[in-house]
Order: sequence, then C-alpha cells, then structure tokens
Amino acid sequence: MRWLKPAAVPLIAVGLALGIGAIVLAVSGANPIEAYGALIDGSLSSQKTIGRTLEKATPLIMGGLAVAFAFRAGLFNIGGQGQLVVGGIFAAAVGFGFEGLPWIIHAPLALLVGAVAGAAWGSIAGLLKATSGAHEVITTIMLNFVALNLTDWLASNSWKDEGILSRTPAVEESAVIPLWGSFPTGFLVAVAASFGCWYLLERTTLGFEIRSVGLNGDAARYAGISVQRIIVATMAISGLLAGAGGAIETQGVIGRYEPGFNAGLGFNGITIALLARNHPLGVIPAALLIGAMEAGGSMMQFNADVAPEITDIIEALMLLFVATPIVVRWFFSHQEIAEVSVTSGWGSS
Amino acid sequence: MPDHLLPLGSPTAVSDQVGVAASPALEVQGVTKHFGDVVANEDVNFRIERGRVHALLGENGAGKSTLVNIIFGLYQADTGEVRRNGEVMNLTGPRDAIANQIGMVHQHFQLVPVLSVAENVVLGDEPTRHGVVDLDEAAAVVRRLSERFGLEIDPQALVEDLPIGIQQRVEILRALYREVDILILDEPTAVLTPQETSHLLEVLRGLADTGVAVVFITHKLREVIAVADEITVMRRGRVVGHTTPADTDESDLASMMVGRAVELRLKRTPASPGDQVLTVVDLVVNDDRRTRALNGINLDVRAGEVVGVAGVEGNGQRELVEAITGLRGVVSGSIILDGEEIAGRSPRQISTMGVAHIPEDREKFGLIGAHTVADNMVLNRYHHHPYSSHGIRRPGAVDDEAARLVEEFDVRPPNIAAMVATLSGGNKQKVVAAREFSHESKVMVAAQPTRGIDIGNIEFIHRRLIEYRDAGMAILLVSAELDEVLGVSDRVAVIYGGLIVSCEPAEGIDRDRVGHLMLSGADG
Repeated sequence: MRWLKPAAVPLIAVGLALGIGAIVLAVSGANPIEAYGALIDGSLSSQKTIGRTLEKATPLIMGGLAVAFAFRAGLFNIGGQGQLVVGGIFAAAVGFGFEGLPWIIHAPLALLVGAVAGAAWGSIAGLLKATSGAHEVITTIMLNFVALNLTDWLASNSWKDEGILSRTPAVEESAVIPLWGSFPTGFLVAVAASFGCWYLLERTTLGFEIRSVGLNGDAARYAGISVQRIIVATMAISGLLAGAGGAIETQGVIGRYEPGFNAGLGFNGITIALLARNHPLGVIPAALLIGAMEAGGSMMQFNADVAPEITDIIEALMLLFVATPIVVRWFFSHQEIAEVSVTSGWGSS
Repeated sequence: MPDHLLPLGSPTAVSDQVGVAASPALEVQGVTKHFGDVVANEDVNFRIERGRVHALLGENGAGKSTLVNIIFGLYQADTGEVRRNGEVMNLTGPRDAIANQIGMVHQHFQLVPVLSVAENVVLGDEPTRHGVVDLDEAAAVVRRLSERFGLEIDPQALVEDLPIGIQQRVEILRALYREVDILILDEPTAVLTPQETSHLLEVLRGLADTGVAVVFITHKLREVIAVADEITVMRRGRVVGHTTPADTDESDLASMMVGRAVELRLKRTPASPGDQVLTVVDLVVNDDRRTRALNGINLDVRAGEVVGVAGVEGNGQRELVEAITGLRGVVSGSIILDGEEIAGRSPRQISTMGVAHIPEDREKFGLIGAHTVADNMVLNRYHHHPYSSHGIRRPGAVDDEAARLVEEFDVRPPNIAAMVATLSGGNKQKVVAAREFSHESKVMVAAQPTRGIDIGNIEFIHRRLIEYRDAGMAILLVSAELDEVLGVSDRVAVIYGGLIVSCEPAEGIDRDRVGHLMLSGADG
C-alpha cells in the first residue's frame, strides 16, 4: 500500500469535490444521483464512451506530464498551451505536406516533428532563464501569446486550407493516428510517455541531475552539475511532451490544425499535474478522471439537464482541495498528509 | 510603554531577590515530551534563578532546544509542569511567554532587515502618539535601553547594514524592551566572531547583574566555564548533571555531554610534507556585490600537511574557497593544482582533477536534503562508473558504496535509504566528509568542517583530517574557530582584508598574536 499515502490527498480531494458538487447539483434543482449516473453513462458505460474518455485523457496526460516533468527541476512551465499548439501545427504541416509516404513512416514522422517543434518552443524559455535569469513563469506566459498568434497566422496564410476557414488542410490518411475499434491509439503513446518520464527521472543520470537541481540548485552546482544545461534540457523535454500532445490531437482527433480547437488543453496540464502530485505515473489516473468528466459532461447535460459547466466546478473544487491540504487534513487529522504535500513549492522557485 | 524605561529606579530592589531559594524565577518539574516515538525530554528538572547566568549544555539532539521551547510556550509538555515564581504556568505560545516576561533570542534572528534598529525593537508593541507610531520615542527608548544595559547601538541604523553581532544585540534589546526578566538565548555564539563572543559574554554577565535570569544554550565549553554561574548538562533528553564552573573543568563537561571520555586535544604527529600540490598566486576575486574580496592572495599547500586559514569571517575566506573549487569566477591570478591551471574551470572539472570540498554551509551546498543518504554519498561521482553506465544509474553499486561509507564514517542511523534531511547536523557532516574524503583527491578544501556539530563528531572529523593528511593529502582548512585552526593545522595563515598577512608554522604559535593579526592585519 506504498502508493496509498501520497495518493491520499488527491483521493480525498476528489471525494470532497464530488460531494460538494452533489450539493451544488441539488441546489440547482437537479437530482445528483441522476446527474452523476449520466456522467458515468457518458464516460464509462460502453466501448464507445470509454474510447471517448481515453481520447479526452490523451492530451491531458501529455500536458500534465509536461508540467509535472518541469516541476521536478523546480521549473513551473505555464507554457504548455503554446508548446502544444506549436506541436499541433507542425504535425499538421508534415501530415498534409507529404504525399505517398507509408503510414509507418508518415504518422511517426509527423508526431516526431510536432514533438520537436514543441521542444524547441519550450527550450526558448529555458534558454532565457539559463542565460539571463528571466523567470520561466513570465516567459512561458508571454510565449503562449506568441505561439497562439503565430499558429493563427500560419493557419490563415502560408499553411491555409482552401476555402474561407482559417485552418490547415486535412492531414493525409497516412499521417492519421487511427482508432483501433473505438480505442484511440494515441492513448498508448501517452501512457508510454508517462512510463518513459518515470524511467528518465528515476533511473537515469540525467533524471538524477534534474531532480537534484529541483531539490537544491546550489548543492547541484556544487556537485558539478551544470544548472543552466539542466534548465534548458528540462524545458526542452517538457515542451517535447506538450508538443507531442498537440501532434496526437492533430493526427488522432481533429485531423488538421484549427485555431481555437485546442483551447485550454495546455492549461489543463497544470490541473492534472497538481492532482498527480507531479508524479509521472500519477498523471495517468488524474488525466483519466478529468477525461471521463469531460467525456461524460455532455451526456449529463442531455440526460439530466445539467449545465456541463458543473464539471468545471467539480474540477475547480478538486484543485482547491489538493492545493489546500489543510482542509483534507482537517477531515482526516493525519499529520503525514501535510508532510507529503508537494504543492507548497509551486511557483516558489 | 514599559515602565522600566522611565527614569531608572534603584536596581537594588532587584538584587535583593538574588539567591532567594524559596521560589526560583522559573522551575521545570518532571517534564517529558515525545515526538512520535522519539523522546525529546524525559523527566527533566531545571531551575532558573534571578540574577544568574545558567548554561544549558549538551550535544545536538540532547533535548536543549525542546526544553527551552517548552519554557517559551512553543511546545507543550506531555507531562510535568513549568512553574513561574512558584505558580504553575500554562503557555500556549510565544505571546504568553512574553506576557510572562520570558524572552528568547533564537539562533536565526527574527528581524526585519529593511527596518531600523528602533523599529525592530518596538515592532509589535509600538509607542504611539495620536494613533501613529512615534518613531522618535522608539529611538529614545532604544537609546535609554542601550545605555542602561551597555549595549551600544545606533537606533536609526538599518538592520540589514549591521554585522551579525550587532543584529543579535537588536534581538536582545527587543526582549529587554518587553521587560523580560528571563532571557533565553539559543546558541547565541554560534554565529559570532571570537571578539563578538567575548563582548556578548560580558553583556550577559551585565544583564544577570541587573537581576535578569539568563539561560544560554551552547555546546562550547570554553564559554561555559568563562561566564556561567550554573551549568546544566543534558544528554539524550535527560538532565545528566548540574554543576558550577568552580566544581568542574572542560574535560569533565565534555565527558558528561558525550557520555564517555573525550580527547579535547587532538593527538597528532608532526607532518612530513611532500611536494607543493596547490599553489595560489596573486589571486584576485570579487564578492557577490562585485567588490574586491581577495586582493592578490598567495598561498601554497603541500602534500601531507594541513594549512589552516584563520580570520574573522568576511575577510575573503568564502571567496577563496569558492575560487579554488570553481564555484566563483577569478578576476586575475592563478590557481595551480599539481602544475595545472585550474582557475576558471568548472566545479566538475576541478573536482575530477582532484580537489575535494567540504563546503561551509552543508545544508545549502553540501547535501540535497530530500535525496537519500545513498544518493548524497555519490553526489560528486554519480555519473561515473560503477554508479552509472551509459547514462543509466546503477542503484546497486550506489548502495554498496554508501553502505561501505556509512560504516566507515559511523553515520547514524546506519540507514542508506533515509532522507539526509532527517539526520542530525553531525551525521549530515559525516555524510559530506565521507563522500569528499573517499573521492581519491589530492587536495581537500575543508571550510568550517565542524561548524554546529557536537564534540564527539568534531573529534571524529579532526582525526579524519589528520589521517588523510598522513596518507598524503594536501588539506586547506578554513575555520572561524581559532582553536580548531591552531589545533589541527601544521601551518597557520591569517587572512585579513582579502590578503594573507602571515603564514607560519603552528608549532609554538602565540594565540594572542594570531588574534591581533585577525583583527588588525598587523602585529601588535
């Protein structure tokens, strides 16, 4: 039961949020049991709905990993959104730009280019921090604006589809990350990325250096680690993860790049990372939970006549309780829970 | 406003009470305090008398801080009671303690750096006029207090501009402003230079003479003998002895603290130095504010000798150590290791070329608290074979090495999977020492290697320094403790104003002369 202790705060937070959500539902005149029933119905009841949940969870895993990974080096990457759209549009460009390639080359190539584009975008903030000390929270937020406008411009100029809509052409069939029945293959990529991040952090010397920098940058420098190099490398890997998330979304879900279609996906990564307490494997259940709520939200609206925003409220409550473990502790009066809190350091470095 | 700040009454009223045994200023009876499974205090009895300086002596983890924190209301005792002037006192926090005229000067000062001395002193209990803080009155108050107690200070100075010793004075004034008649100081001399220390001891004596009960926590025996009226020794949560300086001596006290006989004087044979290994030539280095910290230093260390650098802190010691180990850039001059220039190289290159480093701040630089003991043991070589291969770590090899070092250096508890942050200060330092000594180095730069650790571990580290010296290592020892420099070194260099002002054999050196050199840079 070693996993249970670190998972206690998120689990209790989710429970509390669902409980308060039920009260909100009741106050707003809906039947909470019916509403939650519809939520489950719309996310977990059939192969098709499970597929939808996995599809929703995939970019959330990637965005969550991006934030969680950077945080292990003490970096707060708010730029997941920017890195994701850059990854998404470059994957689209490779996807529609090449014809006649076999799937086994085209689809991975587009994914790779998207990921590398995200990495390049992420490493800008890393370079700025390493060379001038510019805080990554500020630079990644600014780079988000640049990325959003840049991709908008690309989608309405150089890489614009025919017709009046600002969007890229659809990617070739050979670049599509397909559904396997109703199972989205991209989900496997995301799960593999989670395990990859875990392995990198826990088993490699680079991961050891990243964690050392995150825990005590002065001691890392004293130990001979180049803190600058680690900052750039970490931001690049973080951007790579977000960029790959954007590529999977382009190649597996939307089929092209459309401005506005990925809105908020990058920011949800912060939620996921918080829920997962920055553990790369914890990101998977956290993303599945949020993915299920998003997948089931529309069913809830349809069947129980509840505004889908209720899921936003529940998500916000979860975050609130994860970020303020004192509330959970009061529920549990368990001292260890406070001590395993990872959230206290957010944004402090 | 506190009424003792009004024109002074006769202090004789206070001194009349001195020595009244019937009800001491404060009495702790049978106090026991647990933290989880750890017994921090067990059946502790402790009496504080007015007008006396009471030294509370013990190694790290002996329970001294727990005890004073109970007295100060920061912790509540599990069982037992604290009586103030004979009456049971139930404190729930520092606020209560202050209301009961108990003041405490913490090891880490609780001052606001950007405010003036006067503002810091009155903070939380400000004199006001028409609802506005009366800063003139605050300054006047501080002036009156400082005259009365002989604590010279400028009330208008900003705290951040003051040296540590004067900042401590502000802390003491702040307690006195609140009319405390029990003043507790937690390791007050740990951060002070020898001169500041002797001044502080005079101040404590003077406070006691006005009737204040002074309790000071320390593990420095020399100070205890010099200033205390009474001595209480703690070990492993219990009071193991109560005595007075007249009835004891340093080696008795050391044995009481540690629980066994301790060698206070390091046994050592003369050095047999070999070739010059480390040579510093005309080294110029800036400090963090980009002003000169080293003004052309020359220094050399030979294989098989310990060169000690003595000096008042802030005379360039830190910059010298950081320049040699690559943590700080060099303006000009050179640092030669075995014939090769190392100035300007990266910390990793220098470490690989054979310079080990025990940093002065082990918490900040020497260790990563949230890593395990095992990971910290290889922090300077985790990327080398056998601890990793092709970028993949090999936990088995790391654990084997860590287990070997934990045993060799007697790290307690001997658990390589424990987080380093959970170890005591002395054991943390053993982890740093074990790692640095075991790295096949030619030069060891040891900065304040025994700061804040207890006698048993100081003895241990000193013996190791001599052992590695005898094995042919060149050791540069930088310490603010003059006794340490004189006791361990073969040659003593005095640093003053970024220059080495003297360098001579330690054998037969005159302690007072070294003290003068440290203070003024010149003989006499």
